[in-house]
Amino acid sequence: MSTQPALKDWPLWEVFVRSKQGLEHKHCGSLHASDSEHALQMARDVYTRRQEGVSIWVVPSHLIAASDPEDKALMFDPASDKIYRHPTFYDIPDEVGHM
Amino acid sequence: MDARVKPVAASTDYLLHLADNALVLGQRNAEWCGHAPILEEDLAMANQALDLIGQARLLYQLAATRLNAEGRTQRPSAWPAGPVTEDTLAYFRDDRDFRNYTLQELPHNPGLVPAAGGTRDWGVSIVRNFFYAVLMEMVWERLAASPDADLAAIAAKSLKEVRYHVRHARDWLLRLGDGTDESHRRVQAAVDYLLPFTAEFWAASALDAQAAQAGVDVPALRADWDRAVDAALQEATLARPPAVDGWVPQGKQGVHSEHLSYLLGEMQSLARAHPGATW
Repeated sequence: MSTQPALKDWPLWEVFVRSKQGLEHKHCGSLHASDSEHALQMARDVYTRRQEGVSIWVVPSHLIAASDPEDKALMFDPASDKIYRHPTFYDIPDEVGHM
Repeated sequence: MDARVKPVAASTDYLLHLADNALVLGQRNAEWCGHAPILEEDLAMANQALDLIGQARLLYQLAATRLNAEGRTQRPSAWPAGPVTEDTLAYFRDDRDFRNYTLQELPHNPGLVPAAGGTRDWGVSIVRNFFYAVLMEMVWERLAASPDADLAAIAAKSLKEVRYHVRHARDWLLRLGDGTDESHRRVQAAVDYLLPFTAEFWAASALDAQAAQAGVDVPALRADWDRAVDAALQEATLARPPAVDGWVPQGKQGVHSEHLSYLLGEMQSLARAHPGATW
């Protein structure tokens, strides 16, 4: 059986998995699926079979607006010499938890 | 449930019936590994096969513990020496000893499904999984309150798994039934072929009396099963074939189709050629 029809007809979805309560959803990959329910089901089987998650988001890839790799220098380089913005000069109390 | 209910040990035969159902379907579904229509479904089917084999292992372990406790010395000569283990029960019993429904052992592409193509038909596998999972969701629900505490614990674990199996199979049933002309034709052929095999669910037998003792009256589940299946078929734009009276499969009584011995031949040959082998 060919995988062609699926790849041709089914849109691409980006998959985000939250690993446990209190942590954020993280991008973990993408897959082709016919609709959101189908995408959720396949994401469950592909990305959470080793207990990786407690929650899944799927987002149609075409709805994600991405920065242009060409703009990398103008977008991100200006931050490189401003280390005073990093929270490394004070201690975070343990009670704060994940930041 | 009444807290004063006396603990009851489910019969070993009934445990083996539940275990054989899970193992044989798990073995069948594992045949999709590396061959499913798409990668994600390959994983989905293999995940479910592993759920089923995991259920079978727990049930065989429980049955083995109880057989050993009985201390019976008369055992089939083919069984390896020493205490009975899950492997004895899975690998050293012959087809006539297996108590699974005939439905479980049928190939994915029986020659009797004229519309099926290739060596496996996804529609056949989906319809079978759906018919069985709908039944087992109801069975595990009831066994989760079984007076046999060990069986109740296995049921509680299996219930979560089977709920996903129902969702997966039902979802595909709708997609294939309400999909293209070809998918509709093929999944309808699978329904027409497999539905008569479900008659075995409701045929009363000694095993069902043992099931009732363990906490589930299986033939009494028929109306609920019919409702769930009819609703899904209707939503999938599929027709329910008219009921056929007469022949009822007898797999649960050890009288199987020709397909089971081939399946067991493949599954058991390694363990029998090298008893006790490990890696």
